[in-house]
Amino acid sequence: MYAQMVDTGSPDNQALDAREARFQQRIDDGIRIEPQDWMPERYRKTLIRQISQHAHSEIVGQLPEGNWITRAPSLKRKAILLAKVQDEAGHGLYLYSAAETLGISRDQMVDDLHTGKAKYSSIFNYPTLTWADVGAIGWLVDGSAIMNQIPLCRCSYGPYARAMIRVCKEEAFHMRQGYDLMLALCRGTPAQKAMAQDALNRWWWPSLMMFGPPDGDSVHSAQSQAWKIKLFTNDELRQKMVDQTVPQAEYLGLTIPDADLKWNAERGHYDYGAIDWDEFYAVVKGNGPCNRERLDTRRQAWDDGAWFREALVAHADKQAQREHARAA
Amino acid sequence: MKNEWPLWEVFIRSQHGLAHRHVGSLHAPDAAMAINNARDVYTRRNEGTSIWVVKAVDITASDPDDKQALFDPAQSKVYRHPTFFPMPDEVKGL
Amino acid sequence: MNTARHDYLLRFGDNALILSQRLAEWCGKGPALEEDMALTNTALDLLGQARLWLSLAAEQAGDGADEDTLAYLRDDRAFRNVLLVEQPNGSYASTLARQFLFDAWSSLALRRLLVSSDAAIAAIAEKAVKEVGYHLRRSSDLMVRLGDGTERSHALLQAALDQVWPYHHELFTGDAVDTEMTAAGIGFDPASLRDDWLAYVREVLAEATLSLPKDSGWRPKGGKQGLHSEHLSKLLAEMQVLPRSHPGARW
Repeated sequence: MYAQMVDTGSPDNQALDAREARFQQRIDDGIRIEPQDWMPERYRKTLIRQISQHAHSEIVGQLPEGNWITRAPSLKRKAILLAKVQDEAGHGLYLYSAAETLGISRDQMVDDLHTGKAKYSSIFNYPTLTWADVGAIGWLVDGSAIMNQIPLCRCSYGPYARAMIRVCKEEAFHMRQGYDLMLALCRGTPAQKAMAQDALNRWWWPSLMMFGPPDGDSVHSAQSQAWKIKLFTNDELRQKMVDQTVPQAEYLGLTIPDADLKWNAERGHYDYGAIDWDEFYAVVKGNGPCNRERLDTRRQAWDDGAWFREALVAHADKQAQREHARAA
Repeated sequence: MKNEWPLWEVFIRSQHGLAHRHVGSLHAPDAAMAINNARDVYTRRNEGTSIWVVKAVDITASDPDDKQALFDPAQSKVYRHPTFFPMPDEVKGL
Repeated sequence: MNTARHDYLLRFGDNALILSQRLAEWCGKGPALEEDMALTNTALDLLGQARLWLSLAAEQAGDGADEDTLAYLRDDRAFRNVLLVEQPNGSYASTLARQFLFDAWSSLALRRLLVSSDAAIAAIAEKAVKEVGYHLRRSSDLMVRLGDGTERSHALLQAALDQVWPYHHELFTGDAVDTEMTAAGIGFDPASLRDDWLAYVREVLAEATLSLPKDSGWRPKGGKQGLHSEHLSKLLAEMQVLPRSHPGARW
């Protein structure tokens, strides 16, 4: 997902102290935790990691789709894509703000991204090679993201839940936009349809990996679930995504690139083939096709903008001094 | 970090007659730019007719440790709520 | 077909389209998250305006043209935008200086079109003038803040301003199309905007502690008639690649 493999810290071996027990009780009772409330340090740190990772994913996630804004094939599609990529910036902003309530500055989080200390979703390290990739991202990636984000609107931390409500409101139709784009291609020329199939071939497996490692390998899941900052397991969400997507692909007349994919009547779900987790871990470690480019682009934008950010502070300070002098 | 733009809380009034509601936060070097940024960040979908911004550090919040002292006493004042006074169904206009 | 009117519509449409395309190049790479979103709003407004102008031009052409055939299937020699808007973004300072000069002109030009005898043109101007009013407020504000910011920002803005300055002349240079549109009560004489424009620009630059660039005597022009700088055909090569390589496809 947009926040993969979030470390929840080492659990205390000692029995939870009374305060932490009360804290857990509040979460169990469905009472939201707010910024000034007492919280265990591990909860705070885990949330910072999770929310900032989510925010970074939105910001880095602007780049693969942004790659096609200047080449969008109609003015309507260009407007839709431009607004969508801008929405991602907004989502990043809402999420950074939510993380800031936990006592970390946005600049610090940005710095953590740029130094490689903080992660972002592995999915955005794949290239967008054709216009159809923009459709595939909307359909598969945003479709998967929203599946995870809707439950997070009920997560235990108030500012995070409220940010997610806003994000979901704006994002629910991004998936439709992507599907609409794919639909136009699949109803178009043979070359357009081939473009759509090629995009599905390349984005299918990374989209499944995006939910994170299988539940058995997901060491921090249990704690995050107890804290209600993770509401479904990776495999649950992944299965849901597969079940939802197969009929959508069929409608498009596209083939999902998995020879083992078949309906399992007994389970009431689709079975799917083995995921190449070596590829996933390679991408997470920084060796995906675009890791370096993505981070370099972000770093350069940040460095190039330093004079701009500093100058606006300098001007605001000058103005404040002038007003002060006038008042004196 | 040095020179980070301060954080502002943004309040938007969605329609005339309604109160301003907290919608989120953003960074800006001063109040005037905070208003501009709020317009560009929080009213992209026709959400607003008026914007307030307040520096986040200027907000004074109640202490969560005071929660019981501040808010529990109101729980026992049932007579402050309309449902406390059941009225006979046949009497109209109440 | 009134070719002067058609050309006239293309001039406004192409200015908005090409500038929007340039601004869109910044999306995701702006100097701050809030600024990135604000500039993208401007890009979206301009794109919306371009679609209105080009649709109106296509409607007049009536040969099966639409906003997309005009945007995607014309060669650079058929584009009618001024050279200013096709200039590469350069640094964020150059982008802002270009935007400021354009917004100041556009806001005046659209106000003239509000009283156009051509109702369809007046209607587009009515919508666009509000958007551009905000763009101008924002670009003027940033000129002041960055001009009167740090030594570095001041130097960057002054250099950017000096660099884009020669391109402003074309905005105020009329030709036969302008004359015909002015005579018909549809348009205005470009030269008549110059004094107001200069007065406004002077005022903002003074507050920004920036100097009005000196006239070097170089006054590049030709965009309005389809004679562009080298930058436009490259911009179009990128923008038009899909419709050009998939003739007849629908997207």
